Amino acid sequence: MQAMIETLLNGLMLGALYALFGLGLSLSLGVMRMINIAHGDLIVVGAYFTSVAMELTGLGALTSLVIVLPLMFALGWLAQITLFNRVVDRGPLPPLLLTFGLSIVLQNVLREIFTADTRSLHAGDLARRGFEVGGVSIGVLPLVSAIAAIVLLGATHWLIGHTQLGRQARAVSDDPSTARLVGVDDRRFFAIVTGFIFATIGVAAVLYAIRTPFSPSAGPERLLYSFETVVLGGLGNIWGTLLGGLIIGVAQLFGAKLSSGLGPFFGHLVFLVALLARPQGLFGRGA
Amino acid sequence: MLRTERLSAGYGMFQALFDVSFHVAPGEVVALIGANGAGKSTLLRAIVGSVPAARDSVTLDGTPVGGCSEIERLHMGIALVPEGRRLFPSLTVEENLLLAAGNGRPGPWTVARLFRELPALDGLRRRPATALSGGQQQLVALCRALASNPHYVLCDEVSLGLSPVAVDAVYGLLAKVRNEGVAMVLVEQNVRRALGASHRYYCLQKGRIVLEGASREADYGRVATAYFGV
Repeated sequence: MQAMIETLLNGLMLGALYALFGLGLSLSLGVMRMINIAHGDLIVVGAYFTSVAMELTGLGALTSLVIVLPLMFALGWLAQITLFNRVVDRGPLPPLLLTFGLSIVLQNVLREIFTADTRSLHAGDLARRGFEVGGVSIGVLPLVSAIAAIVLLGATHWLIGHTQLGRQARAVSDDPSTARLVGVDDRRFFAIVTGFIFATIGVAAVLYAIRTPFSPSAGPERLLYSFETVVLGGLGNIWGTLLGGLIIGVAQLFGAKLSSGLGPFFGHLVFLVALLARPQGLFGRGA
Repeated sequence: MLRTERLSAGYGMFQALFDVSFHVAPGEVVALIGANGAGKSTLLRAIVGSVPAARDSVTLDGTPVGGCSEIERLHMGIALVPEGRRLFPSLTVEENLLLAAGNGRPGPWTVARLFRELPALDGLRRRPATALSGGQQQLVALCRALASNPHYVLCDEVSLGLSPVAVDAVYGLLAKVRNEGVAMVLVEQNVRRALGASHRYYCLQKGRIVLEGASREADYGRVATAYFGV
């Protein structure tokens, strides 16, 4: 029984992290109507940035976010200005093709610079620490990352609901041409949004890389988890994304308990079943 | 003075305006009259920058603004109330106004004042903007343009599809705006309303100005002829 509870808790904590993966995808789809196929590769890029930052500065994995976050924001801003703004209002296909190409480029550049070897981030003592509640042991690191993910999701939800930035996001999402009439400079605004998305990718990248090794070709798998999370929860709903992430996280860990190595398969299976039952996603507004 | 000088504009291969020379002085109200497809909306959209136009064909106080973006022109004080209102459904009434106020210029038309002027909207400020009645939505659309504190407000079909009572409410607000010295361009199907509320008028037909003059002296017979093109 305690083992089951432990698996459930670990699944939930992993799932919160998947929700953080999905947050960026959800935002770019919601605000810019754009799907970023390179999302997973950017999670890997964030991990390599952190790895390099740790080597160069001697900072810890989490503290190196001080460097990685501004860097990812700048990268997102630049990517939007130079690349994504060229395709953003041209229907669904051009952004897909562009980011698909970007994905291939990123994977190969990473392989060229860092070789195909697997790396991981060492969080030192923190990674091994844990505590027990009623016979159930909980790792500090998974707990910290789950809390960080939920706080970030909540903060984003609040930003969208209560600030001028959020109003701009919703207005552009509703009607881009009218948004320009009330002074929303959509191209410049998109650069800020993508900067923010890349920063959330940075956080997710570090938290995930601490627990899972990464290599230049790990991106597509991360993209898949991100997609499943967003689609399962229902497009454009942040709490739906969280729920989607939690479900996939729990399914993966229970699956891995049945047979180690089959974890991801069970995640996909649950996703498939849920999608058959509710094609619009759990929180979706219908077709 | 907001002016177009031999303005030609259109959409792709289709030309909607031919050499239109038009002006509004500060504080003036000008009516644009014409049948459907005469080019009235295109003229307004070319003035705010939603439809491309040659740099010199639109000028504000003598400065060419035809090449400026919509946002730049909004900051110069030109705002459009688009046809069909186009409120943002994901935003509440208040948020629609706050968005415009935050992106616009500072000035007398604050969100607080707009709600004071229109107590009927005050009670609805937390409602989704598109959940209101047509007349209320039109008032919100006007307020959204005013919240950016423009010198020139271009109103595209503000009374279309509204009940007579709602039209009176909209024109009541327009009168307040005019009394504050804000210049307006009214695109209207209702010729009598348009002439009654304006200083001068232009009749557009198939993308060309065919008649213009002082609204008070307008000859309805000639305006009707220009309108229908018979």
